[in-house]
Formats: sequence, structure tokens, C-alpha cells
Amino acid sequence: MRHPATGHAAQPTATLEADAIACPAPIPEAERVILGHGSGGQLSAALLRDVIVPALGAASPGGVLNDAAVIEVAGSRLAFTTDSYVVSPIRFPGGDIGELAVNGTVNDLAMMGASPVAISLAYVIEEGLPLDELRDITASAARAAERAGVPIVTGDTKVVGRGAADRLFVNTAGIGLVPEGVAPSADGARPGDAVILSGPIGLHGVAVMSVREGLEFEVEIASDTRPLHGLVAALLAAVADVHVLRDPTRGGLSSALNEIATSSGVGIVLDEPAIPIPGPVRAACEMLGLDPLHVANEGVLVAFVPGEAAGAALAALRGLPGGEAAAVIGAVVADHPGMVTVRTIVGSERIVDMLVGEQLPRIC
Amino acid sequence: MKYLDEYRDPVLAKKLIAEIHRITTRPWTLMEVCGGQTHTIVKQGIDEALPAGIRMIHGPGCPVCVTPLEQVDKALAIAARPDVIFTSYGDMLRVPGSTTDLLALKARGADVRIVYSPLDAVWIAAANPARQVVFFAIGFETTAPANAMAVAEAARRGIDNFSVLVSHVLVPPAMAAILESPMNRVQAFLAAGHVCAVMGWTEYEPIAARYRVPIVVTGFEPLDLLEGIWLAVRQLEAGRAEVENQYVRAVRREGVPLAQRQIFEVFEVGERSWRGIGEIPASGYHLREAYARFDAERRFAVDEIRTREHPACIAGAILTGEKTPLDCTAYGVLCSPQRPLGAPMVSSEGTCAAFHAAGRGLGLQLRPLLMPTLAPAEAPLAPAEAPLAPAEAPR
Amino acid sequence: MCLGIPGKVVEIHDEAGLPMGKVDFGGVRKEACLAYVPETRIGDYVIVHVGFAISRVDEEEALRTLEILATMGDMVETELATMGPGMDAPAVISDEGAAGLLPVPPAAAGGRPGASPPPGGGG
Repeated sequence: MRHPATGHAAQPTATLEADAIACPAPIPEAERVILGHGSGGQLSAALLRDVIVPALGAASPGGVLNDAAVIEVAGSRLAFTTDSYVVSPIRFPGGDIGELAVNGTVNDLAMMGASPVAISLAYVIEEGLPLDELRDITASAARAAERAGVPIVTGDTKVVGRGAADRLFVNTAGIGLVPEGVAPSADGARPGDAVILSGPIGLHGVAVMSVREGLEFEVEIASDTRPLHGLVAALLAAVADVHVLRDPTRGGLSSALNEIATSSGVGIVLDEPAIPIPGPVRAACEMLGLDPLHVANEGVLVAFVPGEAAGAALAALRGLPGGEAAAVIGAVVADHPGMVTVRTIVGSERIVDMLVGEQLPRIC
Repeated sequence: MKYLDEYRDPVLAKKLIAEIHRITTRPWTLMEVCGGQTHTIVKQGIDEALPAGIRMIHGPGCPVCVTPLEQVDKALAIAARPDVIFTSYGDMLRVPGSTTDLLALKARGADVRIVYSPLDAVWIAAANPARQVVFFAIGFETTAPANAMAVAEAARRGIDNFSVLVSHVLVPPAMAAILESPMNRVQAFLAAGHVCAVMGWTEYEPIAARYRVPIVVTGFEPLDLLEGIWLAVRQLEAGRAEVENQYVRAVRREGVPLAQRQIFEVFEVGERSWRGIGEIPASGYHLREAYARFDAERRFAVDEIRTREHPACIAGAILTGEKTPLDCTAYGVLCSPQRPLGAPMVSSEGTCAAFHAAGRGLGLQLRPLLMPTLAPAEAPLAPAEAPLAPAEAPR
Repeated sequence: MCLGIPGKVVEIHDEAGLPMGKVDFGGVRKEACLAYVPETRIGDYVIVHVGFAISRVDEEEALRTLEILATMGDMVETELATMGPGMDAPAVISDEGAAGLLPVPPAAAGGRPGASPPPGGGG
């Protein structure tokens, strides 16, 4: 059957009148949250900046957004953080949501230089979740806490009707102690700093994607979820002045670096061949048309240290499990502040952009 | 990865670039057709490494970008129905229709699912006999064998709750239309490698002859594109106008006859309107009468859609290469990947998205992070002017 | 959308009447339908697009491309294909020569140095 001629109107005019720009969107808009707002990329940043932070108003002290807040309490500096975990499926190669939730919060504390003191564990459980799964996941969280040397001191359990939560949502909050003189912060990067990555990227995101319904593929990769405070402690012992620490979770390495570049008002130049990306991660990204720099990680950190301290930093990391593949992946420059660039195959420089919105639903 | 990494060798890339510089004596204008090729060219800065006189125009080779607005609006109307599971390739989810997009619809509760292969959509239909499953069958000829097989399999197995919303577009008529335009400056083409892998290159021989343009069937990796450009420039410098194959490891002149047979069993050539460009005769595939019962447009009677493009979007000029995103005053300001006004900014293969991701033309603009934007606007579910007839009851 | 990547077929089986292959893409494995390239054998490389193998990779040609690129700059232009008699007709510069394919205009000549006919007639 021949399709009736659709008679599409003549193509839009190539020239633009000034008032076409002035009043562009005639549709009354009722805006809603979309999946992309949770992806850790530009939309997430926009949601925070345009909706949440303004609504908090005076209740929020403001300042640079880091992985955890550092508060002065009776002469000590306490780091305080919270995170919710909505990964689907709740079990994936290399871990489950319980382990992820504990490690993630320990890591947010560690990124402020803090050693973890205590964490909380709160559940929102979908009616119908098998009790065995709940037991297993809780045991997994317990093991992770023990491994990290931090007690789970308080928690909460709620149950909601079928369909109101995707099997299990977990929230963890944590407090830690920040040693004297340690103050890594997203706005601490300085020209001349070396950018150090503690290990290979893309493992967590690809592991979770590989068991995502509709996408399934076989890959011998497991999530890299692990507590990072041991690596951080070694780094702080070896380098007097660690400027920035960040664990690039949702949104991947490029989102984390872009945020730091913007916060610090500096440029970052990456050495792409130096970034450790396991073969299967690259292959999975090729297959799905994704950029490994946008894929979530749960067991690596980036550290910005003064250039001359790079060697000491690498030595400290490489001596520990999880840090064997540590590498210098770039440098901080005064040029193009707020932008991250990388060298292309032909030798020119191109910008490494942040993830925009939804890449795939809920991978951590 | 084998047969991929080798074609990204920076040493060979620089060598090829030097060779292109060596043989170029005059300015030339080339067009690469396929969005995947555009993506590589822009991402790797290939166009900026070429001799100053060689200009790469980015063609309408992004099937997501050229899917007519009517088809997108029809997809939205169908997906909004509670009895429908709407399945699609991932890229189509953020393409703006006249009022909304599939992702926003999904946020409002519509059952919209991404599938990797069109066969997955058929299996979803088999597993959900009480629902209607519609697959958005877009693409160039590369995707037609897969889409055709899905329809053929549904027919074979009697999976009658399955239907397809077809919006296939064909490359050779588009190339001819570009060459016919009085404003055309394209002197040589890099033909789309995977389209030709399926269809072969016999259709391009009359085009090369009639318009006296070299056409080089080219792959997608940086070395493929550089070699393709080199071959095209070599022909131009020598005054030749032939079809040549750079992508020898994947393309044969006759293509894949089995795939072509399946395509023509299910589809026939017909008119198609290209978003931003207009109607190009004989430039699309439609379901043959024998498979018409799988046509979602018939099943859901969605003919009364009135479309409206965003006034600031110059996608048409972008798609034909008459303008670049840098010529667009909305680019990077009103229009960005997180708030796209038109399809070339949404699709990962679209020219505008490629430019934006590579940061072209954004140096002096505000960084996207500083722009006060949120999600694409929400709008009423179905356009008021498009009443939907009840679905045909499946047999 | 043109996203087609090469992978190695490591397993072939029938799934409800359709020939399916398990394809290994550098460590990631996924199923692809082999209906369009039924002559594929285990160990062959195919290009996969949206879950379908749309073409087989000609490994000899793949190597040849790289060899040519590696020696580029050393090559003399006249080594490469030229137009034959009938200069007005569009010549097809084909890497495969004319062995056993659809009729090729007489102007076609051999392709790259050392070009040989392709395995089979394709498809």
C-alpha cells in the first residue's frame, strides 16, 4: 500500500528573525522529573541547582558541593553524607545493592579524607520481596561494613505496596572524622596538578548493564564495588597536600572531572591512552554506542595532587589491593577553565563533555 | 577489538593526513552521508586536520534526524494508548515531536520500552498476547533487513498483536536530491558503508555517471574515513567520477542478496518525507499489501496529525549541509543536548549533537552547565486535534 | 544507527527456526541472527547491526587495507586501478576483480595490488 503523500510543509526558513528567538516556546509547560535527572550528568546538576538548592534556601549553608559535608563539632571536623541506592537489578555480577550501599557511603566520607565512624542502613521494601533475598542482601551489607571497619549503628525499614518500589531501595548515611589539615575539595584543583586515577573504569556500569533486562549480554566482568578509605589513607600519608578526591560514580569519569574543572575554575587535559579501560568494557561500550568515560564506577577514585607529588601518590596506591593499576591520566591547566579536553587521533584537542541525561536507567 | 582498533592507529592516521595534503591542489567539497561517519569525523577532529581547501559537509545520514515529524507524532499518539507496549531503538526516545517526546511520555506512565533488536519486540508481543505491541521501524537500508525479518517472523508465527510503524529512508534518492539542488556544492560523496554492505553499490553507479561525482563506499573508523577522503580527492584531482570501495573488508558490489530478498518481500519503495527537507520521491520503504495487516498506521488509524516544528530549528539546512550548527543562533544557547529543539541535536549521530559533544562553537558561549535549563517540556498527552479510532481487534 | 561492529562467531545454534550465533566482541558476547549470512562458520567475523549479522568480514581484505595504509607514501599512483576502454562509462574500481559476480562494465580493472576474487559470491 502506498503511503499517502504526507505533504510536509516547506522546510523551516534558514534565516531567523529576532523575535523567533525572543519568544520561542509557546507551549504552556508543566515540568516533570525525568529519568535523566538521576543520571549524574548535566540534568542532575541542573535539578540540584535550579530546583533543590533554591528551595532549601537558608536551610542550606551553601558552598561547594562535595561528596560529603564537613561540619565543625566541638573542635573536630565531622564528615556527614547520605546516599540512596536504586540499582536495578538488585544483584549483579560482583555484588548487590547491600554491599553497594555500604561501600558507596564509606567512599563519600573517604573523599573528604574522613575515616568512617558509623553508618545507618534504611530500607524501602516492595511488598513481595522474598525474605531470603532480604537476608542475603543484609548479610552482604554487614560483610561490607565489617570489611570497611565501620559499624551499622541505626536504620529503618519501610514496606510499600507492589509497584511502589522496584524490589528494594536502600539509603545509607554516614559520619566520619576528618584529620587535622586534610581538606580535599572540588574547588581545590590548581594548574600544575597531576590527575591520578586509582584503577580501571567502566566495570560497575557494564556489569550492571549486562544483566539488565532487554539488554543482556555475556561478559566476564564484575562490579568493582569496594571501600576506598584504605587507598585514601595511604594517599594522605604519602602526599601532604591532596587537593581533590572524588569517586566517579553515576555520570562516570567525565562528569566528575567536568564538575571539578568548573568548581575549581581550571582546565583539565586528559591523556586518553593512559586511562585504564579493560577490553571488555571498551567492547561493551562499542556495542551499545556508549562512551566509557560516561559509565559508572564504584571502586575507583580520582585524586588531584601537586605535579611533583605524582610519583609518591602512585607508589602509595599501587602497593594496595584495588590500586594496582593506578595511573596519571591528565594534568590541570590554566587554559579553558571549566573544560576537560583530550587529544584526538589526528592530534587535535577536543572537549570531553559531561553525560547529558539518561544513559541507562539506574545503575547505582 | 579486532577489526576495529587497527583502524584507529594514530600513526597511520597522521600518515594518511599527510598524503591527503600532498595530493590536494585545489579546493574540494565532499559530503559524508552517514551519521556514524559524521560522529567520527567531528569527534576525532578529522575535518579540522584536512587541507584548508577541503570542506566536509555533513549529510542527512542520521535516520533518527530525518524521521518525519508526522511519524514521530504518530508514534507518540500510539504510545500514549494504555493497551499498547511501544518498542523502539534507544535513539528515538528523546526526539522531539510537535509537543512532547517518547521519554516524557514514559515518565507519565506510558509503556515505552527500548529494544536492542526488532526481534525482541516480536518476542515481547508473543509474551503479551493481551496487549498490542508496536515497533517503531526506522532506519536506512542497513536496518531494513532486521525490521523486515521481524515482520516476516511475526507473520510466520501468527503473532497478530504485533505491528510496525514504518519510517524507512533510502540513501541514493537523498544523494540525488542533494545533487539536483541548484544550491548544491557537493563534488564527491563518501557513501554509507553499512548501507552498502547490505545493498551493494550498483545503485550509485548511475548517480556517479549522471552527476559526474566520485562516490567512495567508506567505513566508520578514523582510518576508513581518511582513506575514503583520500580516494575521493584522488579522483577529483584526476577528473574521474567513479564508484570506489574503501570498505573492502565488509562490502561487496552485490551486497547481501539474501537480505535484499527479505527486504523486498516485506517492503516496497514509495514516497517518504524527510524531516526538515521535505518529500523525496521513491525514498522510503512501505509495507507491501501482503503484510499490510502489520502496519500500525492502519491498525491505529492515526492519519489526522497536524505537525509543528520548533521555529528556531534549522534542521533542514543542517541536514542538507547548507548550514552548519555554527550558523544556527539557537545552537548551544536555546538548543542543546539536554534541551533539544530538533532531531540533529538529539541523536548521537546528528550533526548538532556531534558538534556539541565535541565542544565546537561553544568556547565563547556559556558552558552548558551554567544554562538555566531543565528537562524537555511536558505537554498534554495526545494532540487535541488527533482523535484516535479504536484499535482493530487482533484476529 | 549505522552502529555495526565486528565480532567473532563462537557458537551457532538454531532458535525456533532461526540460525543464531553467539558473537564475541572483544570479550563481550551477544546473540545475533545469522539468517542473512548462512554460510558463516565458527571462527568467522561478522558485522552486527541491531542484533543481525549484516555482512561477513573479509579478513584478507582487512589485512590488505592495513598493509596499504602502512606503505602509503611509498606507493606509486600508477600501481592502482585505472580506467580501461570506454572512458565515458562509469568504471567500477573493484577490489574483487570480476570473478563470478554480476556483470561488471568492461572498464573495471583489478583493484589494489594483489587483489584476488572474493570467497564465494557473497550472500
